[in-house]
Amino acid sequence: MTFSHDIVIVGAGGAGLMAALYAREGGADVAVVSKLHPLRSHTGAAQGGIGAALGNEEEDHWLWHAFDTVKGSDYIGDQDAIEIMCQDAPRTIVELEHYGVPFSRNKQGKISQRRFGGHTRNFGEAPVRRACHAADRTGHTILHTLYDQCVKNHVRFYDEFQVLDLLMTPDGETCGVVAYEILTGEIHTFHAKIVCFATGGYGRAFKTTSNAHAGTGDGMAIVLRKGLPLEDMEFVQFHPTGLYRLGILITEGARGEGGILRNNEGERFMERYAPTVKDLAPRDLVSQCIYKEIREGRGINGKEYVHLDMTHVGEDVLLHKLPEITVFSRTYMGIDPVKQPIPVAPTCHYAMGGIPTDHDGRVERAQRGSTVPGLYAVGECACVSVHGANRLGTNSLVDLVVFGRRAGIRMAQEIQDRRNEPKPLLPDDPQKPTRDLLDAILSRTEGEPVVAVRTDLQQTMMDNVSVFRNEETLTQALADLKALRERARRVVVRDKGKRFNTELMDAVEIGFMVDYAEAIAAGAKYRTESRGAHSREDYPQRDDEHWLKHTLFYSDGQGGYEFGDKKVIITRFQPKERKY
Amino acid sequence: MKLNVKVRRYDPESGKPPYWATYEVPAEPMDSALSLLLHIKWHLDGTLTFRKSCAHGICGSDAMQINGENKLACSVLVQDLVKGDGDTISFAPLPGSPVIKDLVIDQTRFFEKYRAVMPWLINDTPPPERERLQSPEEHAIIEDATKCIMCGACTHSCPSTWADPDYLGPAAMLKAYRYTFDSRDAGSAQRLPIVDSKDGLWKCYTIFNCVQACPKEIDITRWLSALKRKAVTAQY
Repeated sequence: MTFSHDIVIVGAGGAGLMAALYAREGGADVAVVSKLHPLRSHTGAAQGGIGAALGNEEEDHWLWHAFDTVKGSDYIGDQDAIEIMCQDAPRTIVELEHYGVPFSRNKQGKISQRRFGGHTRNFGEAPVRRACHAADRTGHTILHTLYDQCVKNHVRFYDEFQVLDLLMTPDGETCGVVAYEILTGEIHTFHAKIVCFATGGYGRAFKTTSNAHAGTGDGMAIVLRKGLPLEDMEFVQFHPTGLYRLGILITEGARGEGGILRNNEGERFMERYAPTVKDLAPRDLVSQCIYKEIREGRGINGKEYVHLDMTHVGEDVLLHKLPEITVFSRTYMGIDPVKQPIPVAPTCHYAMGGIPTDHDGRVERAQRGSTVPGLYAVGECACVSVHGANRLGTNSLVDLVVFGRRAGIRMAQEIQDRRNEPKPLLPDDPQKPTRDLLDAILSRTEGEPVVAVRTDLQQTMMDNVSVFRNEETLTQALADLKALRERARRVVVRDKGKRFNTELMDAVEIGFMVDYAEAIAAGAKYRTESRGAHSREDYPQRDDEHWLKHTLFYSDGQGGYEFGDKKVIITRFQPKERKY
Repeated sequence: MKLNVKVRRYDPESGKPPYWATYEVPAEPMDSALSLLLHIKWHLDGTLTFRKSCAHGICGSDAMQINGENKLACSVLVQDLVKGDGDTISFAPLPGSPVIKDLVIDQTRFFEKYRAVMPWLINDTPPPERERLQSPEEHAIIEDATKCIMCGACTHSCPSTWADPDYLGPAAMLKAYRYTFDSRDAGSAQRLPIVDSKDGLWKCYTIFNCVQACPKEIDITRWLSALKRKAVTAQY
């Protein structure tokens, strides 16, 4: 079938829903197409908070938030975008509250705020209470409230429709997407003036991750396949505190509420690395420190984990402010955090890089201003760039509500401006590439199962492209990925049916995964310096002279690629050495 | 250990009636039930179909019947289900909705009921410049209900829902409670008549199956009882 809408938003997490809501309020005809039911989106897994200088607990200013974000990004976040985000965060969070988000409250009845990694008062003096939260299920309450609002506002949803291709005219204008309806196995064309990707991150490319099974980075790969770039893909965030071996997230809010990291000697080792903020140092630093402790033989019981000690924090705080992680620890580890320390290790958590956009979510093909007509991206799949080389905790939710909203408003305006234009013409037989791709998989009778290829991909990314990298590991990863690209093209599925064939979608996703995994590894090899979450053992220093710039990765889809550069915008804060 | 994993299989495309398939699956006591299904799907039979996403109990995708009880597959461990080697764990779809394939149910009706209760904050007074104030005590009244992940384990455990497909069921009415008892909401006059109806609150016979099934341990029957009291005092 062919469906027709002004705007098609791909993905229904916080960014997609926020964009949908504002585009709808702006009068546009909006469809949200998502491979999951919206409430299953991974925004729901965000735990600890959403940062804004509301000042409900103590003095705070958006400029302090902006400084922390710039410093957290290791000075490669674009400062104009960061200023917009931090300035707009308080208003946007108040707006979420007006929508009904059930934030935890302080005694005055205001939104309760707590400490989080890298968030400080007065430009780095000491931790500040900035993270607005709903216990440790902040993302969950935001996702559900936004969905409730979308239902109220009659946003049209196509649930469990997986987008597999982006449609563009020969002139490079966006004209729609092709989606696979999981329930029926039918392929559909969505004809639209505007397409907005909000497809989230790619954590599943790594063996240990906090990300959902759905976090396969589809949107990034689809856009890359159209000859468009991905920006700063080398910056991959490993969250310091995933449950050992499982990777399930234990919020940084745990340390915000007083939790302490300890090595096998019981030492609070972060005091040595970050004397001012200690355990509330930003994630890149804490993850690197945990691995250093482990490498120097101070992992617990000689294994690859450390302890997150909450035992002094008290049962009341755990049960009321951190109930979810208390349950996770009990369920999955058999650990009662009231009495025992929690075994934790870094877990792949967040993509700082992604589809390059301007401040209104408009995708750019090269330098600033080179917008792709009708194409938008928001949330984790996009790169504005506010997170630079390392995102601060709470800033992912801020990013998706602030820039989701801005994109929604801008898209509605564009539809208004283009109301007398017809939609750009669809290409002839728009579904053909998708049909060919799926037919090829379904008709193959011999080959490897998807899991074999995916496991090897996750292993090489984990071994070679995680917290510490060097020329050798990255060369190895790229060689592995070259072989994996061929193997991904020959996977075989046993399910040949039309009805709810999730195995077929797994087979498509492994192709996506190879594409952006290559962008990550190649970007990491290209950037011969250490900055933020990108830590090169062979280039341990930050090198502003050569690398104070964004990288743009272009692929030919056959394993060939090239890089472009983009200037970093600096407004107020000149790069300095980063100390915590 | 090795477990016998029994899965209720059904594919309407095949023309065959539903049947139980048994797989031998290696497992550790601390593995989640979901990991058993993933093992089958990835290593034994790619046609086995179920929903999954976050794999730690927050997205609500993988509610199903496990050993006869509605649970989230990712949030229950092997050691909580069996004693040891050679034991059996069974998986079946949530009962009470049409089966799409294997463990995947059609949730259309479930979400229609959610939409029916006006599941959003109703308050037409212009909002203040800052947040609306709400005391911690007021917040505490709804906090338990805001934990709901809409997985459907409760509604599909409810005998009233099984008997009457039009009954709104616990998940939708819990959502009605969550907004009606929110101190910021002014929508009782619109929302209460929807639940104070023949398909609503009064078909909750306080069986407590929903409470037992809820993976987030929400005291659903208690909150529905509060909603009943509100309906009575509001109207009569």
